[in-house]
Amino acid sequence: MATQTPVKPAAREAPAAGPQFRPKPEGRVMNVFSHAFLWLWALMVIVPVVWIVLSSFKTTREIAADPLGLPAAPRWENYVSAWTNGNIGDYFINTLQVMVFSISGTMLLGAMAAYVLARYEFRGNRLIYFGFAGGMMFPVFLALFPLFKTLDNVSLLNTYTGLVLVYIAYSLPFTVFFLTAFFRTLPTGVAEAALIDGAGHYRLFFQVMLPMAKPGLIAITIFNIIGQWNQFLLPLVLMSDPEDAVISQGLANLAMRQGYEGDPGALFAGTVLAMLPIFIAYLIFQRQIQAGLTAGAIK
Amino acid sequence: MRHGKYPFILSFLALPVGLYAWLVIVPFAQAFQISLTDWSGSSNQFDYIGLDNYVNLFKDDRLVLPALRNTGIILVVLPVVTIGLSLFFAFMLNIGGRSRQGRIEGVRGSRFHKVVFFFPQVLSLAIIGILWKQVYAPENFGGLITGGLEALGLPSPVNGFLADKRLVLVSVIGVLVWSAVGLYLVFFSSAMAAIPRELYEAGIVDGAGRFQTFFKITLPLLWESVQTAWIYLSIIALDVFVLVYMMTPGQGGPDGASEVVGGVIWKYAFKHGEQAFASALGVVLFFAALTLAVVSLRAGRRERIEY
Repeated sequence: MATQTPVKPAAREAPAAGPQFRPKPEGRVMNVFSHAFLWLWALMVIVPVVWIVLSSFKTTREIAADPLGLPAAPRWENYVSAWTNGNIGDYFINTLQVMVFSISGTMLLGAMAAYVLARYEFRGNRLIYFGFAGGMMFPVFLALFPLFKTLDNVSLLNTYTGLVLVYIAYSLPFTVFFLTAFFRTLPTGVAEAALIDGAGHYRLFFQVMLPMAKPGLIAITIFNIIGQWNQFLLPLVLMSDPEDAVISQGLANLAMRQGYEGDPGALFAGTVLAMLPIFIAYLIFQRQIQAGLTAGAIK
Repeated sequence: MRHGKYPFILSFLALPVGLYAWLVIVPFAQAFQISLTDWSGSSNQFDYIGLDNYVNLFKDDRLVLPALRNTGIILVVLPVVTIGLSLFFAFMLNIGGRSRQGRIEGVRGSRFHKVVFFFPQVLSLAIIGILWKQVYAPENFGGLITGGLEALGLPSPVNGFLADKRLVLVSVIGVLVWSAVGLYLVFFSSAMAAIPRELYEAGIVDGAGRFQTFFKITLPLLWESVQTAWIYLSIIALDVFVLVYMMTPGQGGPDGASEVVGGVIWKYAFKHGEQAFASALGVVLFFAALTLAVVSLRAGRRERIEY
């Protein structure tokens, strides 16, 4: 391989003159290739997204007949139709209603459990910890039907209360796992000082430990917000009334209906509307979001 | 100072553990039990039939066997391609540029690329499904790829990519890779940032090219991250469902060419009313995930390189 031969005497001499070294032909070819490849991938992300935005302003005929062209005149009616006929606005409100409770519940319960598991010695600590952590690997599919029956038995099926509780329960494994590791890294000195000063266990948690754990709490909150906002499988099974659909489920319903109503413009408009808040949040908080989500990959 | 420790522990654990046990642990345990019965799910009548469901799983060549095959393919292809691409991109963006006064840095515009590549990760699978279904659509429905091929005068699949038995699975995997690469790019980037620059500089002084730098320095030091990514992507591969549900004809078609295990469990449980059978397949999936995690942790264990 040509690229395996830089151990030639010539190549050895160049850097000896200093860290400055001239680009080898191999390097230049690689440079062009890899730049081209990076831009190709960037285009593969940008083009479909921009294209769907353009398509959302087209008529049904333009979408089918002229996929690569621009809309003759922007059809804002698609957006009106997505909002009124497609109920995108309602789905937004439904999702927010669920998430206000599910996110605060997840964070509160997750932080409480993680804190105790990280900082207190007691019998069964390890067992509970591995019980939570093991849940990260369970395929949700296995539990779907028993879960459905469980909620049905207590009349929580097709209710937001039920969905909120399920979201919290299924977000706990990773939240507890991540926050336990985080609470373990916090210095013990501060906690001991607070206890000596007469703070109770509860005050210690809410007034000392939680504020200290803020970076970890923010990362995992972002992780959970994105995860629960995008959740599809659980609402699909647990919320059967189309009027109660959350955003991703509502979009899927819109896509299914579009099949026979034949209004792709409205579907794309709905998709763009659903993408917009995420896009704006991503532009503003991209660093935090990237950190929060890659925390998900660091297990 | 120690007083009230146990009441405190109990008060903090009762709710989370109770909720978790009620909605996660117990349903999982029940699924194991259901898998040994002939329960349809609608009535309360059922008998224990031993392992019959498990035996029948492997006779179902309409749904289960194609699903096992397809999920198996995804399980191999998704991690390999995603990790390969994201390692390559991460290397280019962080180290590949170099040569500016001998300082090691990424190619120009790396911040921009990271932001763009990562974006699909924040989109919901429902949105991604709608987006790519249209990208893959047949020419007379305004598909982007078919339309592009047509404009260049090249042949394209007549009914689009998703209605073609040979292309549908590849198309779905393509979307999975598309959405995952950005996350692992950022993940590997932060791991690469932790590698001391001197190691690269020493490599350059010794005349290492970019290939050697990557394979002799970067990759060995990133081994743990690669392993983590592998486990994570494998679990994603086993749980593929939403894209198949959103994009493919008949939610697994055509002709079962894109059936996946998750989708088949969902079909048996909620469309065909065969709870017990669905649960048996779920149990198989559970053990697949468990085996995978154990094996990759064991096999991937190498001596940790301290730096």
